Amino acid sequence: MKEIYLDHAATTYVDPRVLEAMLPYFSDVYANPSSFHTPGMRAKEAVTDARASIAKNLNCREEEVVFTAGGTESDNLAIVGTVRANVAKGKHVITTAIEHHAVLEVLVHLQKKGEVELTILPVDKFGMVSVDDVEKALRPDTILVSIMYANNEIGTIQPIADIGRAILKWRKAQATPSLFPYFHSDACQAAGALDLDVEKLHVDLLTLNGSKIYGPKGVGMLYVRRGVKLEPLIRGGGQERNVRSGTENVPGIVGFATALHLAQAEKEVENARLTKLRDRLTEGLLAIPKTRLNGHLTERLPNSVNISFLDIEGEAAVLYLDAEGIYVSTGSACASTSLDPSHVIIATGLSYEGAHGSMRFTFGHRTTAEDIEKVIEVMPGIVAKLRHMSPVNLDMKYFA
Amino acid sequence: MSDQPIITKPSNDARQGDVVSQTKDKGWFYTDTVKEHFFHPKNFMDNEETYGEAAMGMVGSPACGDAMKIWIKVDPATQKITDMKWKTFGCGSAIASTSMMSVMVTENGGVTLEEARKLRPQDIMERLGGLPARKVHCSVLGDKALRAAINDWYRQQGQNDNVQVEQGRIIDKVLKITDHDIEEAVLDGADTLEKVQAKTKVGTGDPSCIPEVENLIRFYKDKYFGHEQGA
Repeated sequence: MKEIYLDHAATTYVDPRVLEAMLPYFSDVYANPSSFHTPGMRAKEAVTDARASIAKNLNCREEEVVFTAGGTESDNLAIVGTVRANVAKGKHVITTAIEHHAVLEVLVHLQKKGEVELTILPVDKFGMVSVDDVEKALRPDTILVSIMYANNEIGTIQPIADIGRAILKWRKAQATPSLFPYFHSDACQAAGALDLDVEKLHVDLLTLNGSKIYGPKGVGMLYVRRGVKLEPLIRGGGQERNVRSGTENVPGIVGFATALHLAQAEKEVENARLTKLRDRLTEGLLAIPKTRLNGHLTERLPNSVNISFLDIEGEAAVLYLDAEGIYVSTGSACASTSLDPSHVIIATGLSYEGAHGSMRFTFGHRTTAEDIEKVIEVMPGIVAKLRHMSPVNLDMKYFA
Repeated sequence: MSDQPIITKPSNDARQGDVVSQTKDKGWFYTDTVKEHFFHPKNFMDNEETYGEAAMGMVGSPACGDAMKIWIKVDPATQKITDMKWKTFGCGSAIASTSMMSVMVTENGGVTLEEARKLRPQDIMERLGGLPARKVHCSVLGDKALRAAINDWYRQQGQNDNVQVEQGRIIDKVLKITDHDIEEAVLDGADTLEKVQAKTKVGTGDPSCIPEVENLIRFYKDKYFGHEQGA
């Protein structure tokens, strides 16, 4: 049985070209980049080259790249770092209802501790944040706006550049032009498909990681615009300009930089290919009765399809697909550690009934047109079987 | 499979053996028995039209992620369940639990209604070879639906004296969770709302009952474990 992995938003495999670039840095060039000898210099050079390559892809300065141990750490550093370094400027933070847990959980925790006042913006039924809502929520004591670039569950792409421009305009309009609020965006899901030019996006902080772009897990970065003040989360030897201590993960950093470079260099060709697959799967699955597309029809990542099937529960469908060698995820509560279904799908206004039956299909480099046809072929039977087994027969109003 | 006795009283062993720690998870998420019942469900209701007159019980709602409907046929002479059919909206463990329950009440000539009423989620879980800890709440609705069906059968027979309302007072109207269920959960070590919900799902059907649930948790904690310092 051919295995069809359609869970690339969870994580990707490591591209063989990335692995090859990393290999010398495990047992050959292994010294500590901080060491003042020749092997140390070689390791340092690898980190410097990686940083330069990333800076080019982000159109930023090399010293604005801070390596971390992944996307979650980068989000934590951006948020906690900003809040604690800028207490005197205020404690109001704006975010959205569909952020990744690495943003929302951090902010809700800080709110409980009294360290922030939090505004959580709603999204429309496509999962889109309104620039107007952001502008209206801005206050003189707002120190941070954190809005993800593309959503991990439904793939909706946010108007980051427009929001960035609105924030810049607002800063300039203050009595004394302000550096606040900082604008942070989690771009982990976007990095493989979208433009990351920080000057076009007008972001001050940008989270990226390796594990969603065919790079290694456990490595990521935070872009920190010059002049942005962050309190470090991790103290020690003062690496990464004192913002993030700890001996550099040299093979990880080399792998991440290689992965980012490949993703950005190849994205146009790959996006065109994936978009065709995406639209074919969307059309094929929506042909099944009582279904609904979650997310935006066009402003959506080219590798992402999220569909709700009424009257069935997502985890059961995931397991039946698993038995066919097709690997996907669901927004159902049963597949999570909580009793609530996906906060993202609920935020788009879908009922709990609809959210429990949501399934996410995310493609990657190795996904072929035949794979998509296979899913379109087996899905109707699985849905029919589970609906036959189900005592509920809901009205389509649950998809209203 | 059929040589295993039906457990009518949850033993301490069953309680300790019924939950698989997540940190020890290896291999597939569910046991082979769960998989067998999930992929090849036994006794599920294929055609309701041929079963129209049977006694029926339903519990849950699709909004909270699980809903189960159960039909039974009973021999009036022996009061034994001769056939059970079901439909379940829910995850793998909910489907497997209902399927296993249907086997347990009909095997070896069927159990009596009295025995069936004593069936506990822990018994079903044990026959399934255990469920992952965070799946326990998915298996606790089948036995409630079964008891509702048994009441329905007695009503059909005009034996209203034999109808038993759920032990205790209903707290969550949608899921038919009672104060007794919450007491059991607290006794099993659940000391917060989240932990009680992980065992019972209480409040996901009817969120308006949550303040009352929190009061009950506090009450039973006090009753069985005394005041905690600083609490």
